Amino acid sequence: MTQFSDEPLADVETYLPAATEPDHDRSGAFLQVRDLRVHFPTDDGVVKSVDGLTFHLDRGKTLGIVGESGSGKSVTSLSIMGLHKEGVARISGEVMLNGQNLIAMDPNRVRRLRGKNMAMIFQDPLSAMHPFYTVGDQIIEAYRIHHNVSKQVARKHAIEMLDRVGIPQPTSRVDDYPHQFSGGMRQRAMIAMALSCDPELLIADEPTTALDVTVQAQILDLIRDLQQEFNSAIIIITHDLGVVAELADDILVMYGGRAVEYGTSSGIFTAPQHPYTWGLLGSMPRLDRERTDRLLPIKGSPPSLINLPDGCAFHPRCAYADRNGGASETVVPELRDVGDGHFTACHLSAEDRMQIWENEIRPKL
Amino acid sequence: MKRNRMISAVAAGSALLMGLAACGGSSNDADSGSSGGSTTTAAYNAAIGKVFNPSDKKGGTLKLANSGDWDSVDPGDTYYGFSWNFLRNYGRSLLVFKSAPGAEGNSLAPDLAEGLGTPSNDAKTWTYKLRKGIKFEDGTEIKSKDVKYAVARQLDKETLPNGPTYLNDLLDLQGYEGPYKDNDPTMAKFTAVETPDDYTIVFKLSKSFSAFDYIAALPATVPVPAAKDTGTKYKEHPVSSGPYKFEVNEVDKRVVLVRNDQYDPATDPASGRKALPDRIEVELKANAADVDNRLLDGTLDVDIAGTGVQTETQPKILNDPEQKNRADSAPNARLWYSGINSDVAPLDNVHCRKAIMYAADHAGYQRSYGGAEAGGDIATNIMPPQIPGFQKNDQYGFETDKSGNVEKAKQELQQCGKADGFTTNIAYRAERPKEKNTAEALQQAFNKVGIKTELKGFPQGDYSKLYAGKPDYAKANNLGVIIYGWGADWNDGFGFLQQIVDSRTIRPGGGNTNIAVKDPQVDQLLDKALTTTDKTARESLWNDIDKRVMDQAYILPGVWAKGLMYRPERLTNVFVSEAYGMYDYTAMGVQ
Amino acid sequence: MTGGPDRGPPVTFAADVVTYIIRRLIAAVILLFVVSAVTFAIFFLVPRIAGFTADDLASRYTGKTAGAEQTHEMAVKLGFTDPMYEQYGRFVKGLVAGRDFDTGPSVEHCPAPCFGYSFIKQVPVWPEIVGRMPVTLSLALGAAIIWLGFGIGTGVISALRRGTFFDRASMGIALAGVSLPIFFTGLLALSVFSYALDVTPPGGTDPTESGNNPLEWAHALLLPWITLAFLYSAGYARLTRAGMLETMNEDFIRTARAKGLTERRVVTKHGLRSALTPIVTIFGLDLGLLLGGAILTEKTFGLPGIGKWAVDSIQNNDLPVVLGVTMVGAFFVVIANLVVDLMYAVIDPRVRLG
Repeated sequence: MTQFSDEPLADVETYLPAATEPDHDRSGAFLQVRDLRVHFPTDDGVVKSVDGLTFHLDRGKTLGIVGESGSGKSVTSLSIMGLHKEGVARISGEVMLNGQNLIAMDPNRVRRLRGKNMAMIFQDPLSAMHPFYTVGDQIIEAYRIHHNVSKQVARKHAIEMLDRVGIPQPTSRVDDYPHQFSGGMRQRAMIAMALSCDPELLIADEPTTALDVTVQAQILDLIRDLQQEFNSAIIIITHDLGVVAELADDILVMYGGRAVEYGTSSGIFTAPQHPYTWGLLGSMPRLDRERTDRLLPIKGSPPSLINLPDGCAFHPRCAYADRNGGASETVVPELRDVGDGHFTACHLSAEDRMQIWENEIRPKL
Repeated sequence: MKRNRMISAVAAGSALLMGLAACGGSSNDADSGSSGGSTTTAAYNAAIGKVFNPSDKKGGTLKLANSGDWDSVDPGDTYYGFSWNFLRNYGRSLLVFKSAPGAEGNSLAPDLAEGLGTPSNDAKTWTYKLRKGIKFEDGTEIKSKDVKYAVARQLDKETLPNGPTYLNDLLDLQGYEGPYKDNDPTMAKFTAVETPDDYTIVFKLSKSFSAFDYIAALPATVPVPAAKDTGTKYKEHPVSSGPYKFEVNEVDKRVVLVRNDQYDPATDPASGRKALPDRIEVELKANAADVDNRLLDGTLDVDIAGTGVQTETQPKILNDPEQKNRADSAPNARLWYSGINSDVAPLDNVHCRKAIMYAADHAGYQRSYGGAEAGGDIATNIMPPQIPGFQKNDQYGFETDKSGNVEKAKQELQQCGKADGFTTNIAYRAERPKEKNTAEALQQAFNKVGIKTELKGFPQGDYSKLYAGKPDYAKANNLGVIIYGWGADWNDGFGFLQQIVDSRTIRPGGGNTNIAVKDPQVDQLLDKALTTTDKTARESLWNDIDKRVMDQAYILPGVWAKGLMYRPERLTNVFVSEAYGMYDYTAMGVQ
Repeated sequence: MTGGPDRGPPVTFAADVVTYIIRRLIAAVILLFVVSAVTFAIFFLVPRIAGFTADDLASRYTGKTAGAEQTHEMAVKLGFTDPMYEQYGRFVKGLVAGRDFDTGPSVEHCPAPCFGYSFIKQVPVWPEIVGRMPVTLSLALGAAIIWLGFGIGTGVISALRRGTFFDRASMGIALAGVSLPIFFTGLLALSVFSYALDVTPPGGTDPTESGNNPLEWAHALLLPWITLAFLYSAGYARLTRAGMLETMNEDFIRTARAKGLTERRVVTKHGLRSALTPIVTIFGLDLGLLLGGAILTEKTFGLPGIGKWAVDSIQNNDLPVVLGVTMVGAFFVVIANLVVDLMYAVIDPRVRLG
């Protein structure tokens, strides 16, 4: 989180929206998600976990998807990977990877892309790695599914990968079981496993949540280094804006299964447009200085995905919902370009947003 | 002994006739109760009193299973009727119950012996002459010393505990305890049995015993070669003297008999053994419920236990005419009865005991045992009809007042001084539903006349030794009515009556069949009968005992037992042996 | 979760395991002695405390017409008149060093492990147990193979096809299988397959009499196998299904899928191995118990195994046999437990022996 203080937040100019082309839908991108909807029919009603999501990502770039639990960020990543169970989730929209729509693709072809073209790092490496197989075996397995090589060759590769992610004595640690690793080591091993086939797209779902702060930083550094080395596209999913502050090129803020703000990392940190994003910024712990106030948590709890509030889904928790003449309760705000490839879905006027940010929010951060 | 000689002559004659009938293929009509004859028409009770499906065809394997217990196949260590019946296949005793249908099957025939025993005048010394040329399975000739040794070894009840103790009680042992304790191969101290030559054996008794021929027919006289005797282990392979020998004997698993090539039918003219199958297999400790299914299915030939099919199987047979035609309701010299314990007040008063006799529900008793076909007939007196000299004597009118005679019972209660009735307990064996049903039927009937009872079930394994058969226990626990059963060791007044009416057999330590009858007059009559060598006079004495016990109301007779037997289609030469009350296991063959 | 980044590989594993096994075996021997003491007390001491005399107990083993004197002789012969510790000491001595028994004309040595002489049949218990092992082993192992295959297969398919007709039907049948007693299913199976259809041999067919013909052996055991396996399959199917449902929701399954493994491989390599771990424990105990005698199945089908002998002997009060069979049963359970624990350590590397 040290990087956050490097950025002078007072740079007001960058906040002002520029009149550029809408950039969130770009058909040429390496990954293009368009109007993705993931619905789960249940006995109580349809859970709309993701409801019309559009974003894109290029190789060598990093996208941070940020939101509270239940905002739909993990569901989004799982649907890109094609990991939702058949018949359980109703998925529509497009996930174009290298020009191929994964949603419409034969599941078996998607499977062959998994691990090779796109890989995933999970939140809790202890439960995400099989407790009964050695770390090496699990990396070897990941490698050999997509590479027709002998076990010895795959093992060598696994040791290399462990070395590359910074595990000391990889030749002996390759035969350890996950429980014999420390938390950070396990996450490194997990990354080694995910990267073993040089994936073009790497999705990291809360990769540092289970780790202590110093280790978090190491892991994030590692991901950044590896990205440079492999030129992968990376999606980092987190509830903590701090995690993506340094790493992400773009940030997508999700709420109630929809995007509420989407833009470049610098745009979002210097001039966040959505009250929810303000809330996320306010609940970020700061290491660089003493906070004047306590953390500023967002009031209320995440909405039910079966019965989203009418109008703006965030309005029941929004301190400024009454400034829009009732539109907040009735009209769903569209994701609108506020300039410089920065989008937000908010009924507040640009002036209001700027005023509130400058006068009420920023001073408290 | 005149009677016995005569009978064996008749038996030989009718055996001849029987053989002729079989050869000629003629079939007699199904007149049950008639002796001899044969039939091939499948009909209910077709194997009672005559041979069903007569055949001389040898070969095949006879398959038996035992749904019950079997103490031992050692002739000196076994005390089950079916075991004695079966044992005739591999052992020859001095005398033997003849293998023949009808009353003839109740008669003794000479087996190892040339003829029946010759008693001294006081019936204290009995002499038997052995046939020559009878061989053990190893080819050695059987001599009198082999019989003497067999008798001597079974005296040792510590080593061979299961057999009857008649010889221990009757022989003039002079302290001899058997060869295992004596360790003298010449058996010099065993003077109670003498072998003046290789073919003569003399038994010396400590008291007169007119019915010793029945003792000579016990498996205890089946010869055992001393050199082959291994004591408790002898049962692993008893040395055969009969038509079959042991191929396999696995504890609680199975017994297999095969033909004994040393057996010469020429030396066996009187027993009636047929020895038809080439091989006899017995499965031990079989599952009773499954045994009946296998019988009905024809995959099994006989349940060797010989007590009839299980209660659950009875309706399957009796309600299906076709199945019923393959069944026999075989009478058994067994009485299901209740002892009326005169130790327990107020049953020390004969009138109170008589009140029990009158109040009892005889039809209920019969129903509890399975009704007339599967259970047996209502018993009016103590000796079953198979016992020679039996005279029916329904002095209490059981057959007319089948559900009891309340009026008479109340009169007796009045005379007993208990006009309002009294309270006592009924004992039964808890594992036997038939006895439990009986107890309940009696309880209800007694209730009608004011006799209040409580039912006491006891574990059957310890029933006679520790509970109902132990006088001080029975008295202390107020066991006034003790439900039990008794079958004759052999069909004769002594064989049936002695264990249940002789007060001198009562052991204070328990294990008694009789604790109810303690009557000096009965004891005297028994002693008199034992010295009475005249058959008719003796048989009339048995009847006197029966009558006296009934007069004094010591025993409430319940049912003269019958067993519902099933004969699968492939069995040949089947008939019920009157001596054992089950199919004769030396006669049957398979198709 | 033991160990940390500094923990080296477990180089002393083999030595650890040997020490562990030895320690467990010593514990097993002690346990078996406790079992023997308790069993001995139940059958020999408790009746005496309840008021039965030595002669009372001996009266069960005398002939029908035995008098007091004979009964007492029997009590002396069977050792009931000796102090209880001496009786138990004799039993233990027999186990360790063997004993001598009087057969009448001679004295027979019963070598260790001598479980004594049957009171009823007067044969040494141990050879009879050994002689019955093949039947019990054949029955238990054969049935185990069937129920493992069938139960686990059904459970896995049910879990993967949760909510389908197959799932509901097989779980319904499984419920019936768990609830129905062997006496019922066994006799029903016999009357249908053996007596009505005539495709299997009747009850009482001894598989060891098949004369080394494996087909006949299997034929004789087919119905008992299926009947016994039915009972167990049902439980195993339900267990497997529950385990599988739980495991397939684990994070590591998602990881396996994310690697691009085929679903088949995800299920077999990653799912089953975890789902079956608890089944190993239960299977070990079930098999251990069955090896001590599949009592009801053996009795129902008339198979002369250890279990049937045990029932028959209990009915007869044949205490040395009961004692011997109990010990053998306990032995198998103890050994099965040890094997299960070792297996567990092999299957789950997180488990440390000790």
